[in-house]
Amino acid sequence: MVLKVFFPQCCNRADSGLLVGRWLPGRDTAVVLAVIHYPFIPSTVKQYLQQIQGQSQVPVEVLGSWSMPSEKQEGLDSFLRDLSTIFPQTRWLQVSREMGQTGFSCQLLQLPPEKEEEEEDRVIFVHYDQRKVMLSQLHPLESPALPGCEEPSELRQMFWTVAHSEPLFLKDKYDEGPLKLSHWQSEGREASILVELMKLASTPLCLLLAWLLAAWSWVTSTRLLNLSPLRFLSSKLSSCVQLSYRTAHMKTVTSPHTATSHTHFMRKANVLVSLLLDVSLGLLFISWLYREERLARLASALLPAADRVSRELEDLLQWLMGAPAGLKMNRALDQVLGRFFLYHIHLWISYLRLLAPFLEVILWYGGLSAALGLTFALSLLSDMLALLTFHIYCFYVYGARLYCMKLYGLCSLWRLFRGRKWNVLRQRVDSCCYDLDQLFIGTLLFTILLFLLPTTALYYLVFTMLRLMVVALQGVLHLSVDLINSFPLFALSLRVFTPYRLAEGVKFRVLSDEPGTALHLLMEMNALGLGEVVQTYRTPTYSCYPPDSWGALLRKLFVGELVYPWKHKTTKTD
Amino acid sequence: MDNEKYTDINGKAIALNYQRHSSFCTEFTVSSPKVSIGKVMVATCFVWIFAYAVFFFTDNTAVLSSAIIITLIGMMLYIHFVKIDHESLLVIGSLGIQLSSSYASGREHTSFIEMSKIKDIVINEAIYMHQIIYYLCILLRDPADTSAVSSVVPLFQSSKPRLNCLVKVYKSCQEIISKC
Repeated sequence: MVLKVFFPQCCNRADSGLLVGRWLPGRDTAVVLAVIHYPFIPSTVKQYLQQIQGQSQVPVEVLGSWSMPSEKQEGLDSFLRDLSTIFPQTRWLQVSREMGQTGFSCQLLQLPPEKEEEEEDRVIFVHYDQRKVMLSQLHPLESPALPGCEEPSELRQMFWTVAHSEPLFLKDKYDEGPLKLSHWQSEGREASILVELMKLASTPLCLLLAWLLAAWSWVTSTRLLNLSPLRFLSSKLSSCVQLSYRTAHMKTVTSPHTATSHTHFMRKANVLVSLLLDVSLGLLFISWLYREERLARLASALLPAADRVSRELEDLLQWLMGAPAGLKMNRALDQVLGRFFLYHIHLWISYLRLLAPFLEVILWYGGLSAALGLTFALSLLSDMLALLTFHIYCFYVYGARLYCMKLYGLCSLWRLFRGRKWNVLRQRVDSCCYDLDQLFIGTLLFTILLFLLPTTALYYLVFTMLRLMVVALQGVLHLSVDLINSFPLFALSLRVFTPYRLAEGVKFRVLSDEPGTALHLLMEMNALGLGEVVQTYRTPTYSCYPPDSWGALLRKLFVGELVYPWKHKTTKTD
Repeated sequence: MDNEKYTDINGKAIALNYQRHSSFCTEFTVSSPKVSIGKVMVATCFVWIFAYAVFFFTDNTAVLSSAIIITLIGMMLYIHFVKIDHESLLVIGSLGIQLSSSYASGREHTSFIEMSKIKDIVINEAIYMHQIIYYLCILLRDPADTSAVSSVVPLFQSSKPRLNCLVKVYKSCQEIISKC
C-alpha cells in the first residue's frame, strides 16, 4: 500500500495545527486543503467544517495533525496523539517537519489500533499549487464527475475536490475569529471592484440587447420576408447568411442565464471576444476606407476594370470562333455559340453603363456595413463580386447545361447502339428490341452529337476555368469570414497568458530523494497544445462540416454539374 | 548506474541512466548522441555550394542571402522540433508513468499516464523499414472492458534502443508495477 498525500505548497511553512481535507473514496489518497492553527475549540472546528460541507458539497473532514518545529513546544507528540481521539476517524495522519530538514515525515495511525502500521518509506507527498489546481480545467472535457459515483481517474477527483472547496478559501487569513486557517487566498480584492461594476452593468445591457434581438427576429420571421423568391435570394447572399449567424451569436451572448458549465462559459466568452474583434477590425477598415477619397477612386476604378474584363472576354470569344490552338471545330455551331455569347456580353456592358452613376453611392452605403464587423464587409464584397461577374456565371451555366445534355444524349444513344435501354422502373439497364427506323435515326443522331461534342466541350472548358477563378476568389473571402467567426481568441489568449487554466494533464518533478524520508513530488500543470485549444473551442460554423472532396469536384466538373462556392452548406441542410 | 554499453538499432551509442528515487519511484533516461559539428558543417556546406552554383549561373545575390537564411531557420527548426536529446520515463508506483522528451533546444514535452489507465508494460516487435525491431510500450486499459486494450503508447520512440537496454527498463518497471 502506498499512501499519497496531496499537499498544498502554501501550507509548507504554516504553523502547527490540524490538517483539513478529504480522503478520496476507495483509495489511499488524501487531499489536504488547509491547516487549522492552534489554539482552537474542537466543537467550533466541527461546526465550521459542517458549514463548509453544506456550502460546497465536498465532504471535508479532519485528516490529521501537522506540526511545524519551533522553540517553545515540547510534549507535543502525546498531545497530537490525543487529538485523534477528539476527532474520531478511521485513519489519522501525523505529518511533521524537523528542524534543518527539507522533507516531511509522516505517520499513519489506523483505527482500530491493532492494524497500526508505520511505513516511513511508502508515502508520496505531492505538492500542488492550490490556486492553479483550483482554476484549471482538465482536458479532454468530460461530463462533470460526481464524488460518489465510480470515477476511475484519481486526478480528476482531486481536481474536483480542490475546485469545489472554494468556500473554504474565502476565509481571510487576517480575519479575527475563533479559527485561524492557512490556505491559498486571493490577493486582488480591491482590483476586482471594476469587475464587479462591469458585472452589475452587464445584466441590464444583456436584457436590452435580448429585447432588441427578439424584435429583430420578429421582423425577420414576418410573412412578407419569407416569400419564396426573397427567401431563396437571402439564402444565396452571403451577407444575409452572415447576418443570421451574427444574430445567433448575439443570442448566445445575451442569453440571461449565467453560464454554469465550463464549455458553455468558454463558448460565450469566445463568441463575445470574436464579436468585439470583428467590430474593431471593421471600424479600422472604415477609418481606412473613408479617408483620402479612397472610396471614390475605388468606384471610378471598378468600372474600367469591368469593361476591361468584358473586352478580354470578347477577344477570347473571337479567338474561340476561329481555330483555337489549331483545333478544327464545327464552324456553324462555333459561330452560333460565339455570337450568342457576344450578344450576352453586349447586354452586360449596357447593364454596367446603367449602373455606373449609382456605383459610388452603393459602395458608400455598403462600406458603412463594416461598422457591424469586418465579416459583414467581406461577405458584402463577396456578394458584389458575384453580382459583377454574373455574365461569367451565365456563360458557365449555358456551357455546362449544353455539355451535360450532350453527354446525357450520347449515353442513352450509346445504349441504343448496343440494343439496350435504361429501365426507369427497375433502375437498371435492360435489353430491348428496336425496329430499323429507330436504330437508323438513333445512330445518325449519335454520330452528329459525337462530332459536335468537341466544340461544346471547348466552350465548356474555357468558361469553367473562368468560373473556377471567381469561385476560388469567393472561397478565400468565405474562408476569411469563417476564420473570424469561429476563431477561439479568448481560449487562445487564456492558454497563452495563464497556461495552467487549460490543462492537458499534469507533470511531476521529483523534489527530494533523501533515503529514508518520504518521496516528495511537485505537481505542475501540463498546458494544452495550441492546436488542440483551437480544435476544442472553435465556434462551430458551416466550414466545420466536411466540404466536397477534390475527387467529387473533378467528377462534377467532368459530368457538367454546376459547382457553387456555397455547395458544402446546402449539402448540410439536405 | 552501470557501465554497460548500449546501442540503438542503427548501432550508435546511447546512454541509459537510471535513478532510483525510492523503492517505488525510478527514473530512466535514454540520451542519444548530441548533434555533431561535422554533420552540421556538411549540411551547411552542401547548401552553400549549391547556392553558389546557382549564383554562378544567375548572378543574383539574393540566392546567397536566402541560402544563409534557409540554413539558419532550418537549423533552428531542427533543434526545436526534430532533434531529441533525452527521453525519460518516470515510473511512480501506484500514481502513474510520466514520459518526457527534451529537445536539443531545451523544449520539453511531457505527458503523464495514470496508473488506473495502465494495463501493462510489454516489449513488442515491429517491422521497421527492412528490419524487425523491439520496442517497449505501455498498454492502456479500455474503460469499457477492463480486460481489453484500448491503445498502445510506444516508449523511447526517437532513440530506439536495442533489446538489452529495453529488458533492463522492462524488469525495473515490472518490479514497481507488480509491487503496487
